[in-house]
Amino acid sequence: MKHLLRRVAFYLFTAWAAITLNFFIPRLIPGDPVRSMISRYQGQLNADAIQSLYILFGLDEKKSLWQQYVEYWSQLLHGDLGLSFTFFPAPVSQVIGDSIGWTVTLVGITTVVSFAIGTLLGVLAGWRRGSWVDGLLPATTFLSSIPYFWLGLIAITLLAGPGSFFPSSGGYEPGLVPAWDQWFIGSAVQHSILPAFTILISSVSGWILSMRNMMVTVAAEDYITVAHAKGLPERRVALAYAARNALLPNVSGFALSLGFIVGGTLLVEIVFSYPGLGFQLFQAVGAKDYPLMQGVFLVITLSVLAANLLADLAYLALDPRTRKEG
Amino acid sequence: MSELASESSARSRPLGEPAGSTATRAPDVEAAPVPLPTPRRREPVLEIRNLNVDYGLGENAVHAVREVHLTLHRGEVLGLAGESGSGKSTLAYGATRLLPPPGVISGGQVVYHPRDGEPYDVLALSPRELRAFRWAETSIVFQGAMNSLNPVHKISQQLTDVIRAHTPGLSRQALRDRARELLGLVGIAADRLDAYPHQLSGGMRQRVMIGMALALEPQVVIMDEPTTALDVVMQRQILRQLVGLRERLGFSVLFITHDLSLLVEFADRIAIMYGGRIVEEAPSAALYRDSLHPYSHGLLNSFPALRGEKRDLTGIPGSPPDLRSMPTGCSFNPRCPKAFDPCDKHLPPLGPPSASPAGSVRTVACWLHPTTAPVG
Repeated sequence: MKHLLRRVAFYLFTAWAAITLNFFIPRLIPGDPVRSMISRYQGQLNADAIQSLYILFGLDEKKSLWQQYVEYWSQLLHGDLGLSFTFFPAPVSQVIGDSIGWTVTLVGITTVVSFAIGTLLGVLAGWRRGSWVDGLLPATTFLSSIPYFWLGLIAITLLAGPGSFFPSSGGYEPGLVPAWDQWFIGSAVQHSILPAFTILISSVSGWILSMRNMMVTVAAEDYITVAHAKGLPERRVALAYAARNALLPNVSGFALSLGFIVGGTLLVEIVFSYPGLGFQLFQAVGAKDYPLMQGVFLVITLSVLAANLLADLAYLALDPRTRKEG
Repeated sequence: MSELASESSARSRPLGEPAGSTATRAPDVEAAPVPLPTPRRREPVLEIRNLNVDYGLGENAVHAVREVHLTLHRGEVLGLAGESGSGKSTLAYGATRLLPPPGVISGGQVVYHPRDGEPYDVLALSPRELRAFRWAETSIVFQGAMNSLNPVHKISQQLTDVIRAHTPGLSRQALRDRARELLGLVGIAADRLDAYPHQLSGGMRQRVMIGMALALEPQVVIMDEPTTALDVVMQRQILRQLVGLRERLGFSVLFITHDLSLLVEFADRIAIMYGGRIVEEAPSAALYRDSLHPYSHGLLNSFPALRGEKRDLTGIPGSPPDLRSMPTGCSFNPRCPKAFDPCDKHLPPLGPPSASPAGSVRTVACWLHPTTAPVG
């Protein structure tokens, strides 16, 4: 318990550090949001408009950095991430809220599925070395060496197009109103198939490879020989003895990848113009939409931290050696 | 040979004597061995016949075990000693079909005599039969006490899963009771049942392994250097416990070690391996007093006796043979101080030396003591 509290304290500190950096970094960038807007309108704004923009963004008052920092925190704690420039006047929290569901659903499901399939195949390949599953390894390694986005482009070129079942972009049929009905969900699923497979194909082999190699390492351990000598059924030796131990390093990798779900697989979302968080971040960068960028970074940071905490907890649950008594 | 010479002074106290009583009866190793009477009927329980084990296939195969004949009798402790690489562990793994690849059994039989029923060849069992045979008839205590337990499962679970696999249908409570009983057998408090391996000391872990080996009351327990990783005090405790358990439960032990001094103390018979072959086999007292093979003699001379005259520890010159290019004739001849004419030309067969008195039960493979009736 003490161990756990110490970890939680550590994560709180890290979160504070991340949020503080998130506050300072945009302020270190030369220029300010108003100037970037002015340049976007190429000087066609008059002085009054500029002044009102400064007031709107709260940049008119001469506040010290410290005051701004305190205010930033109080706004943050109220869930106020500011207004987005590109989706003006929508607040950033709303923009993030709209897109995060798309990303978490698409990348979340594919990450979990990829981990499950990869681990299972890895166990098989490692346990029956030289079998057909083991023979798949070079092929999957080849697929994993292809970048996500390139695989996505290929998929669009080959499978999508006019008259094809697979749409090439977007998250749902334009014109449909997002709702929990069969039309919308059907369309969303249809739109997610290509991006999902793109992610799945390129990420699954990482899991296969690491699980397989851990299985091979663990299979040489003395306790596996003992399990064989005990005359335990092959399945039990493979699962309860070998796979159970081989899984440990993979679990932390999995928890970390859960953290990156929220960041989305940026390039896949861009290629498929998928309305997720990664696509949003891309647009925010293009439009110098600082509040949105800041908000997205914040969400990514926090979710990576949460995933780390999850990894710690999973390890405590799975490996008795990490538990400390008392 | 340093591993033989070290540590032995501390352990040359006979078993069955409480620790700390060394002063009252300083052990004379001459009188020390064989605390137990040799079994009355020499009834075999495990017969290894002409076993050959190779690593690799075809021409590049390394012959790690060659034409080994070895019989373990009911209720006895048979010691198997030799230098590193002499094939003792390979013999044990081969006989139990636990050889990791590329180990291959290239010939021979391992005949097991069940308590009641016909003897059968372990090497010919189907995978299902083999699983049923393992642990129930022959259990093994492995070298690595530290790594023999699955780190993520509780002790109780590892003690009971083997019972459950062999006798399905036992209740949870019955399994737990049995696990508690097994721990009691090896002197570990029942509250350690729910401990994880990393919470136990090395000695405790090895005792758990011994308890586990007895879970199904096997007839044969193979011990592959079970105490090598432990300090001498712990070695002694565990061995004494083992001897006591054997008296109570009546299993036979095949005890593999490089530490001949340990065997002299508490094995009934000792077989010496060199270069993949058995070179001498004799009751331990006879071997200690009067070893016939120069290699056994060298092994015995490489550890000190506690009492008696001081003598030089000689050890054996040279190093163990390379299994890929064995010398012709007797594989020990390049290191043998007594090598003579036939040694580098012909392989001496293993058999009872023709010069020995009738009725003696020892064999040797040496041209100094030629045999007229080779084994096998």
